[in-house]
Amino acid sequence: MLEMVLITLIKVLVVVVAVLTGCAYSTYMERKVLGRLQNRIGPSYAGPFGLLQPLADGLKLIFKEDIVPSNVERITFALAPMIAFIPALLSFAVIPFSSDFELFGYHITGMLSDLNIGILFIFAVTSLGVYGIVLAGWSSGSKYSLLGGLRATAQMISYEVAYGLSIIGVILIANTLSMRELVAIQEGITNWIIWKQPFGFLLYITAAIAETNRAPFDLPEAESELVAGYHTEYSSMRFSMFFIGEYANMLAVASVGTTLFFGGWNGPFLPPVLWFVIKVVAFMFCYIWLRATFPRLRYDQLMNFGWKVLFPLALLNTMVTAAWVML
Amino acid sequence: MFETLFPIIVLVTVATLIAGLLVTFSIVLGRRTKLGKKTEPYECGVEPVGTTKDPVPIKFYLVAVLFILFDIEVIFLYPWAVISRQLGIFGFVEMVIFVIILLVGYFYVLGQGALKWD
Repeated sequence: MLEMVLITLIKVLVVVVAVLTGCAYSTYMERKVLGRLQNRIGPSYAGPFGLLQPLADGLKLIFKEDIVPSNVERITFALAPMIAFIPALLSFAVIPFSSDFELFGYHITGMLSDLNIGILFIFAVTSLGVYGIVLAGWSSGSKYSLLGGLRATAQMISYEVAYGLSIIGVILIANTLSMRELVAIQEGITNWIIWKQPFGFLLYITAAIAETNRAPFDLPEAESELVAGYHTEYSSMRFSMFFIGEYANMLAVASVGTTLFFGGWNGPFLPPVLWFVIKVVAFMFCYIWLRATFPRLRYDQLMNFGWKVLFPLALLNTMVTAAWVML
Repeated sequence: MFETLFPIIVLVTVATLIAGLLVTFSIVLGRRTKLGKKTEPYECGVEPVGTTKDPVPIKFYLVAVLFILFDIEVIFLYPWAVISRQLGIFGFVEMVIFVIILLVGYFYVLGQGALKWD
């Protein structure tokens, strides 16, 4: 019993540290890749190849002045960054990072919790993040925040429908909601679900980018018209919690995509954890690549695309997959 | 049950602690200056105009209601997807009927112009 509690505590700490480091280095990777794609070199002064840049950014943000504007709703203003931050970390509770392994004589599972409704848990938790954004937008007492918060809410709940639909094809094939079993059936590259659900994957990644408010669907924080959207009035660590939350959500989307479509930690030769990280990094690279390639949509285009294109297509994909599974 | 839920509870606690710590850090360590004009809402350097407590366009409310309707219908698809092979053709036909009913509602909403943004 005590062993189980201790192992769980250590695993949780390892995962949290890994995710936070992952978030920090996602920002580095984003700036570096974006720089290269735009024929610049990106951060290069702090440490070799600018590798200490995330650390410098973090320290700088901690020592910044924490400004609370005079006309905010104080309680919700203070709570909103936390509500955006905590659910983003929570989705990593059920993601399988590695196969089971033995360490110092203890049997350790490669995930924090083998919940039998793993995917449903992730979708439930990630959709809580919208509360942080809408509360931040509403409580800031600034017009840009309000507009950004409203846009974000409408966008996120609109794409939530297609997001939820896009993975039903995967569940139809796998017949399970458990992340562990989903990885287990995808051993060997030919068994990856992407080969059976290529269209489902495209729908998933489109809806996921909109869910995480990333370019080309980054209307909520469109800096050319809304200053910064819902976090305009936030400074210092409160601001960076929105930032970490956003990157943690991106990492969660990449991890879920890896687990659902690309065989999770399955792979030859290298240790499973490393395969998982490689696949997630490749996923993140696509995120950044998309940001560098596409211009931002207009808001009515965005809403029309979500409701009139993505939703029917996702429904069609589900029914065609169902018919194909039945035959 | 306990073994699956305990890690999640620990993770919630740790995440909350980190969130609290980070905010405390910046409150304690951050520099303090006279705030003065800094506490006004940001408005590109000019005096703020109007309030933010104006009514919000009804469209956003409509989208929220539609989201609840359609998302609940999507949730019904999950249990079926898990046991679709056991249910076989019966389950499939039932689900096709369910989706047709859903689509009738969807096209009604489209026809009423509830999803028009211009």
